[in-house]
Amino acid sequence: MEKITNSKMNMKNSTIAIAGPTQAQLFGLGIEFQSARDLYHAAQKVRDAGYTRWDTYSPFPIHGMDEAMGLQKSWLSALVFIGGLVGLSSALLLEFGTSSFLYPLVVAGKPTNLFTIPAFFPIMFELTILFSALTATFGMFALNGLPRWNHPVFNWDRFMKVTEDKFFIAIEASDRKFSLEETTALLNSLGGSHLTAIHHDAEEKT
Amino acid sequence: MEQEAQHNSAVQTTHELSSSKHNDIARPPLVLNKRTMGWISSYVSTIVESKTPLWWYISIAVTSPIALITPLLLIYLVSTGVGVWGNNSPVAWAWDITNFVFWIGIGHAGTLISAILFLTRQKWRTSINRAAEAMTLFAVVCAGLYPLFHVGRVWKVYFLAPIPNSNAIWQNFRSPLLWDVFAVSTYFTVSVLFWYTGLIPDLATIRDRCTTKIKKFFYGILALGWRGGNRQWRHYEMAYLLLAGLSTPLVLSVHSVVSFDFATSVIPGWHATIFPPYFVAGAIFGGFAMVLTIMLPARAIYPQLHDMITPMHIDKMCKVILLTGSIVGYAYLMELFMAWYGANPFERAAFWYRAFGPYWWAYWSMMFCNVISPQVFWFPWCRKNIFAVFIVCMFVNAGMWFERFVIIATTLARDFLPSSWGMFHPTWVDIFTFIGTFGIFGTLFLLFVRFLPMICMFEVKAVLPEANPHYGEDH
Repeated sequence: MEKITNSKMNMKNSTIAIAGPTQAQLFGLGIEFQSARDLYHAAQKVRDAGYTRWDTYSPFPIHGMDEAMGLQKSWLSALVFIGGLVGLSSALLLEFGTSSFLYPLVVAGKPTNLFTIPAFFPIMFELTILFSALTATFGMFALNGLPRWNHPVFNWDRFMKVTEDKFFIAIEASDRKFSLEETTALLNSLGGSHLTAIHHDAEEKT
Repeated sequence: MEQEAQHNSAVQTTHELSSSKHNDIARPPLVLNKRTMGWISSYVSTIVESKTPLWWYISIAVTSPIALITPLLLIYLVSTGVGVWGNNSPVAWAWDITNFVFWIGIGHAGTLISAILFLTRQKWRTSINRAAEAMTLFAVVCAGLYPLFHVGRVWKVYFLAPIPNSNAIWQNFRSPLLWDVFAVSTYFTVSVLFWYTGLIPDLATIRDRCTTKIKKFFYGILALGWRGGNRQWRHYEMAYLLLAGLSTPLVLSVHSVVSFDFATSVIPGWHATIFPPYFVAGAIFGGFAMVLTIMLPARAIYPQLHDMITPMHIDKMCKVILLTGSIVGYAYLMELFMAWYGANPFERAAFWYRAFGPYWWAYWSMMFCNVISPQVFWFPWCRKNIFAVFIVCMFVNAGMWFERFVIIATTLARDFLPSSWGMFHPTWVDIFTFIGTFGIFGTLFLLFVRFLPMICMFEVKAVLPEANPHYGEDH
């Protein structure tokens, strides 16, 4: 892995700022944009250049950005569908397991059978919703790798503005296409500012 | 050269045409005064970051002792016996279930704003959904207390949970009361998940802005390490969409299930198929009134919120109140019609006693507050005048409480046999327990305003014109 050791590195016509401890490994290169529109067009160029381990960062979800980055639809919905099925079957098991087998119950002269199913619907419905919603939330956390204590991008002080009104692209050094020279040239051509080499935390190993 | 100039002028003309076309149907901006993204973050976060204002201390000094009344009286209730409440043999549900239905109904507006208006792409919801969702949670907290203690022996409340016990008894899953347990607990859980999911990006904003170490730690933990990368937003947006899609049938089901508590009985006045839609419309109606009841003072205290909670927002909420209030009015009239047309003497008697029996004052208060008072919103002046809006909302809040009282108390007080008729008189414990729930609600809301972002910042930013990736381009 290449390392940047000078506090400011001179590359042809531009300088690269440094973020994070320089003795640690390089996480990637980051660049800042001022608007959603600039970020959107820059993302299209990074996508066309063939990078895979990179991300655009923005204060809010940008409409059409998935396409501009070449990302597929999130498959969280499939997880939630499974969660819903689990919820529905738990309700069936709970209701008929207890009312038909463990503690057979005759309510208003009606035993549990095909014709009395409608009275069991509300709880089936509620548990389906409950399990789906739990899957949606915790599945989203899992797919996003949340919660996590820290991330190398947080070593970059300008990055604090990502939750406010600034927009960023970071290409990771672990990308197969990553090369310090070429990636720097690509990022410089995107019209952003504050090109920065972001490092891992000192103790972190990759 | 000439060709190019011609082309340019042609482009310009079409642009002008299209822009003038846009002007014809121009919608009012969602955020006034062309505020920037930075302004939104800093303004909303300042409410959390700045020194605690004096009014906040004064308000919480008022609400928190009131909030304390409820737990103290509940301790009194449990240690003395259910006799300290005014519930009696015909009117067994009395104030407890009245207040339960009142509070749970209020919650519905929050979920409606956050879920149904999200699915129907009503972008104006963005500036009010956070506070409305918080209101939902706090209202459900207040609501949940009542059935919990209304079971009588609260220390046996785990009997409601489907867990193996030494008596080898299981619940009756065909009972509407057990449906209610599942519906309300699911509703609370899903509302918490939805609210927290929506908060994560905004908690990250506060984390990145705050200066003290304690705050950074606190908000950092709550923000879960959110980075705002599009690879995160992709799953996040899907999760939010799914939660909205799940909450929509859920919110309609919760009050329907609540209405089943009544409708599946054989009591005249309760045994009606109109109950589920009528309850849902009433819940939305009362909930929107409560949203306005708390948003209008918040807007008065923080004048800058005027740019985000605009007169257009108030206007639209008033229209929702008018619509749902009219649906509720229709349901009242239809109940009367069915009682007459159904030709069941007990049903007819039940409604006769509602209007002209010993609780006539509750019935006519309900009619005035819920049916007559929101009709003033037909006039644009009333929707624009903050004071008029606030007064009508107070009427609606009171009216919705009367509605539940009318449904429960008057019906139970006069059923089939005159020998089992009775009256309900609230005791001082009933009254102060109810007053205390307003303290709980107010205290929780004040804590929310102080420590969490009151407005969903990232969503408001996303509805600004410059959030569009094609902003300023010709298409």
